[in-house]
Parts: sequence; C-alpha cells; structure tokens
Amino acid sequence: MNEERYHKLRDIIQIYLPEDVSVTDISEKSHFTNELNINSAHLVDIILDVEDAFDIMLENEDMEQMQTVGDALDIIETKLSKK
Amino acid sequence: MKNQEILDLLPYTAPFLFVEELLEVTEDGVVGAFTFSPNLDFYQGHFRDFPVTPGVILTECCAQIGLVCLGIFLMEVYIRENKGARIAVGLSSSEMDFYHPVLPNEKVTVTSEKIYFRFNKLKCRVKMHNASGKLVCKGIISGMLKLQDIE
Repeated sequence: MNEERYHKLRDIIQIYLPEDVSVTDISEKSHFTNELNINSAHLVDIILDVEDAFDIMLENEDMEQMQTVGDALDIIETKLSKK
Repeated sequence: MKNQEILDLLPYTAPFLFVEELLEVTEDGVVGAFTFSPNLDFYQGHFRDFPVTPGVILTECCAQIGLVCLGIFLMEVYIRENKGARIAVGLSSSEMDFYHPVLPNEKVTVTSEKIYFRFNKLKCRVKMHNASGKLVCKGIISGMLKLQDIE
C-alpha cells in the first residue's frame, strides 16, 4: 500500500466522519457507509475531494465500486496509472 | 422539457407542495414562485395568534423549487428513458440564513444556481425574495436525486 496516498485519502475522509466515528476507526478495510457511517451525499463529497487532491476524474461506475477505503485506493491507483 | 412537465413530475402534493410556477429553467438554475395561502395548517400554531411562515417551510420551498425542479430538468434524459419512473429525493444538507419574515398571502420567488450535479448529488445556491424584492432567505442546499421504479 502506498502510505502517502493512504494518508492523503484518510485526511479527506476525516472531514466527513460523523462525530461518533473517530479517525482511528479508519482502516483499509473500513466500509464507508456501513462502518464509517458516511452518508451517500458525503461519499460524493469525498469523491470530489479525491478528484481534486489526486487530479483524476471518477465515473459513476467508480462510485458504485467504491465500498471500502481499500476500494478507493485501488480506484485512485488505477486512475493515476492511466494518467 | 416544458415547465409544466417538471411541475407534473414533482413528487409532492398539497398540503406539502410549495411550488406554484416556474418562470425560468436552464441547465444552470431555475426561478420559481409560490404564494403562501393563509389556509395552510401550520399558521394555526406558528405562532399562536400571529401567523408567520416557519423557516423550515421556507427552506422546503427553496428546496422544492431550487433543487428538485432543477434536478428533474437535469435528469430529463433518464426520466424519458425510464417511463413510469418516479424521482426520489433526499435532502442531504441545508445551510440557510433568514432575513425577513413571510406572512400569510405573500408571494415569494426562489432563484437557484447550480453549484454542481455529480454522482446524483445536486448542490445549489438558493435565494428567496418577497413580492417587494426584499431578500427573505438565502443559503446552500444539497440533495441526492435518483429514479425510483414504480411497478
């Protein structure tokens, strides 16, 4: 796992965590909606922030696949490799 | 899409429909209006002996005109492709500032400006003015819009 990318992503996710979830709860396996309690609207915010932070564009299919933090890292890696 | 078609596709009905007419609809925003009938139920309790339109209702009016009507227009293609589908709306956040009260019988105009519509999330900047052009409230509203099959 690319630590730098992971930290960058974690910093983005942290902004949208509800108060009852702490940043230490985030792991690669965390499910955005089921475990981190992030609602669908904030999931969109995370995607838009990811696009800006990594200078990539995500599609609707990417969002559907993005269930966990690990999924997000995979998508980021795929997009970056195509740049 | 004609303005009347958008109104027909709204998932609301009285006593919770707060859109009367659409004056302008483009990819970037909408302008619409609503007149608050003095017979609306909430005036009996908000406030006792002094009817004023509640802020939540003004927010709802801004959301129905500014977010949902615009959303229906932006989703036109999908709505046409999926005949019989109904639009499902979930308000996801609203941050409003209020400047002027709206009394029974007043007509308000809502102007909304699209900030973005991506991954089913529509985020808009909304403003409401009264008949004399005074700013009633303004803010940022976002919601998730999806097509829902009804069989």
